[in-house]
Amino acid sequence: MREPELHRVVHTMGTVFSCTVRVEPTPRLRRALDEAESLLHHVDEVFSPFRPDSAVTRVRHGRPVPRQWQPELSEIVTLCADAHRRTGGAFSAWHSGVFDPTGLVKGWAVERAALLLHEAGAERVCLNGGGDVQLYGGPWRVGIAHPLRPGFCAAVVESPGGPLGIATSGPSERGCHIIDPRTGLPPANGPASLTVTGPSLTEADMLATAASCMGSEARGWLGAQQGVAAFGVMPDEQTWSAGAF
Amino acid sequence: MRAHPVRRTALTCAATVTVTVLALSLKPHHQPVGTLPPTTAPAPSSSAGAGGASSGVRTVTGPTVQTRYGPVQVELTLDGSRITAARAVQSPGGDPRSRQINASAVPALIKETVQAQSAHLDTVSGATYTSEGYIGSLQSALDQARA
Repeated sequence: MREPELHRVVHTMGTVFSCTVRVEPTPRLRRALDEAESLLHHVDEVFSPFRPDSAVTRVRHGRPVPRQWQPELSEIVTLCADAHRRTGGAFSAWHSGVFDPTGLVKGWAVERAALLLHEAGAERVCLNGGGDVQLYGGPWRVGIAHPLRPGFCAAVVESPGGPLGIATSGPSERGCHIIDPRTGLPPANGPASLTVTGPSLTEADMLATAASCMGSEARGWLGAQQGVAAFGVMPDEQTWSAGAF
Repeated sequence: MRAHPVRRTALTCAATVTVTVLALSLKPHHQPVGTLPPTTAPAPSSSAGAGGASSGVRTVTGPTVQTRYGPVQVELTLDGSRITAARAVQSPGGDPRSRQINASAVPALIKETVQAQSAHLDTVSGATYTSEGYIGSLQSALDQARA
């Protein structure tokens, strides 16, 4: 018999968020689920590059950003600057001079919403935003979609407990949407997909995105990052893993 | 990173040692996330027999590495350049508290191609899908099963 759980699917930020809270449902947790959903819509309102009044669009056009959005905006700008430094520019929110923090915002939003639920008393939280996952508690079983075989997973991550972010980057589901900011070209000789795990999805997602721009250097670079682990599937279906917790 | 090859090697070795120990002490039937090929074994601090790529069985003891779970040190038995056995000389499982932290905090990676429908998954991580892409995704199937 299935354990009691609350489940919700939210459509926003151009993708779909699937949220599972495995716990005896209480009114407080149902409210927290509403708040998590509102938070995701709010992040879209503030950070969508497609909305004419978002903070990101305003920054691009040199228009003032509403005061109530400024703390979040500076948090994201700081995270983007840190990411730029840590990845030697492989992750860049300022490619061609245009501010676009999209590569960082989704993972950050998923982690925030999952934390909100966890702090509202949900010990076991699984929040998946467009393929990037933040877990709290456990156990959870997370499949890593096989980039070359639809309907199959290339690996399964078993998380016995604790916070764990799992981010996968790659060209398989959308066409290559990652351009190496250093060359303006798609990466060469890279994995078909790349998964990074670590306690924070914000960090794991950023590292996965950056490594996807590194072609054949991705594995070695991820192996040298502290506090995260990585898994890659190559175009010939060979797999590898690197790094440790 | 490219400017510090030595540091990078050291980190890789540290990671290998940690993972090897955790693999031995916690998840003997699973391959934890991050296990590296044995060719990246830590530099020996002691060695019985000649070094290099010579044949013959020998043991090497890696450096003690501080991890967030406690100190880790591992001893490897090599036949030529092949690792035939690995043993934890020091591991963070020494006291019940850290053993409990390890058991509850270390995720395992099972590298195996499996059909998603039959793998009893809670969720699926994959390259970012759009709202349209979601409809055909594995995650969509899982969500429908829960609805």
